[in-house]
Amino acid sequence: MPKTSSSSSKVTPAEPAGPAELPVSVRLSVRKTYKLYIGGKFPRSESGRTFVADGDNVALASRKDARDAVVAARAAQPGWAGATAYNRGQVLYRIAEMVESRRDEFAALGVPAAELDATIDRWVWYAGWSDKIAQVAGGANPVAGPFFNISAPEPTGVVAIVAPATLLGLVSVIAPAIVTGNTTVVLAAGPQIAITLAEILATSDVPGGVVNILTGKYAETAPWLAAHADVNALDLTGVEHAELAAELERAAAGTLKRVLRPDAGRADFTADPGLKPMTALLETKTVWHPKGY
Amino acid sequence: MTATAPIGLSDLRSYLHGLPGVDKVGVEARAAALGTRSVKTSSKAKAIDLAIRMVDLTTLEGADTPGKVRALCAKGRRPDPADPSVPSVAAICVYPAMVPVAAAALAGSGVHLASVATAFPSGQAPLEVKLADTRAAVAAGADEVDMVISRGAFLAGDYARVFDEIVAVKEACGSAHLKVILETGELATYDNVRRASWLAMLAGADFIKTSTGKVAVNATLPITLVMLEAVRDFRAKFGRQIGVKPAGGIKNTKDAIKYLVLINETVGDDWLDPAWFRFGASSLLNDLLMQRTKLTTGHYSGPDYFTLD
Repeated sequence: MPKTSSSSSKVTPAEPAGPAELPVSVRLSVRKTYKLYIGGKFPRSESGRTFVADGDNVALASRKDARDAVVAARAAQPGWAGATAYNRGQVLYRIAEMVESRRDEFAALGVPAAELDATIDRWVWYAGWSDKIAQVAGGANPVAGPFFNISAPEPTGVVAIVAPATLLGLVSVIAPAIVTGNTTVVLAAGPQIAITLAEILATSDVPGGVVNILTGKYAETAPWLAAHADVNALDLTGVEHAELAAELERAAAGTLKRVLRPDAGRADFTADPGLKPMTALLETKTVWHPKGY
Repeated sequence: MTATAPIGLSDLRSYLHGLPGVDKVGVEARAAALGTRSVKTSSKAKAIDLAIRMVDLTTLEGADTPGKVRALCAKGRRPDPADPSVPSVAAICVYPAMVPVAAAALAGSGVHLASVATAFPSGQAPLEVKLADTRAAVAAGADEVDMVISRGAFLAGDYARVFDEIVAVKEACGSAHLKVILETGELATYDNVRRASWLAMLAGADFIKTSTGKVAVNATLPITLVMLEAVRDFRAKFGRQIGVKPAGGIKNTKDAIKYLVLINETVGDDWLDPAWFRFGASSLLNDLLMQRTKLTTGHYSGPDYFTLD
């Protein structure tokens, strides 16, 4: 990720302290280590590993971090799905507000203004869907018998996501998953952008564990999530290699996971996403209720 | 062996207070250090199977029903129905009222049947009630009895009363094994844990057990370490081996393996056997099964694949 203002933001020389012959102390800026985001906290990798991305230290997630993230996501899922749709919508709108207030930070990470606008709009768009998707994806069915027959969409559960590197791409895979009550484990490609987003999520009333973000090499962690029996769905949007994607799909078949495989890398996230990203991670529950006489 | 304590009652107090004090900082540091051991792959597989064989699968709820107890017994006999190579647990632990149901469900399985007794969990009842409780449990088919000591009497310094109660309950047990629950969370100090351990062993306990699982502080590694040292020293002195059972709060495989390391480093191989060491637990078994599945299948398992109770 290119950085537009890294040199100016990293080291700020202090004001000269006095006469020229005295030693001038230069203030060292405090640099950020980009850590993982698991269960609402920012732990280092369990493995202790890091890597350098564009001059920043970033945690390199291990399979045990992925396992811990699934545990956190599973723990958070019933509470998040049980929150009212109105509440979830408000939380998503709050995220939009917080992204707005951190525009400079994303700009410093090289996110163009137009993409930032689109990102904020996307959060707002999905926030609006939280209490409307049930009416569109479900409803009352006419049946030949003395029954009320109602179909209601329910969240799939824990979704593992291999996310694209851009901010808009990242938000375009996280938002449709969580708006309906799923919780997520996200393998992020652009680490600084993803963890900056995590800092926003951590301060936006999103319950800990609803979104968990792991940085590092997804080729290392994704197979563990694909085969994990406690993961219900797998979104492969960010997987660029067809071979790896096929391998992950095979691993996911072992536990009958729902697998999303949109055109990786070629997806145009600026286009209207439609309902597909949301409905792909919903299960339909149909209830037959006898009519009273 | 029951009524013939190796020392007279008159010097019980001076005997217990003559035991060396426990170095609190030392025992906690030792337990923490042993908890850092890494046990992996084939060693882990063996440790998991041993831990499963050591589980006293427990349900002690007011809401226990015969159906729930039968389901628990089925699980104890064959913890993972999909995998016959998983060993049975050591015992099922229930309230006395549920013993007949459990006895029928466990018949012929080799799984022991433990019943809590003596006004579990508080122990605050007259001795006659406690003895009747014990006899009823044994008569109904329990071959292990988990009794609670009177912590009130112990803390008040009335060691003779606690001693006599254990002796009487041991007598009421007949051939059933007696596990004495010290409720270490209420004993306040490690010195008290050591004294209560010795008191129970001198009075004829077959097992000493940390907790009921009904108070805020349950089994911890340092407390179990103190108790393991007590059974080690007791055998060295009197030649009789006593078992140890930590109970309550042991929820995952990692914790269980820490206890196994603790046994190995404190009392050695002799206690690494379900006859001499037990875990009082309920949710632990599912985590052991999930870890076992992970090792055999190579992928992480999930709680959806195992029964809740």
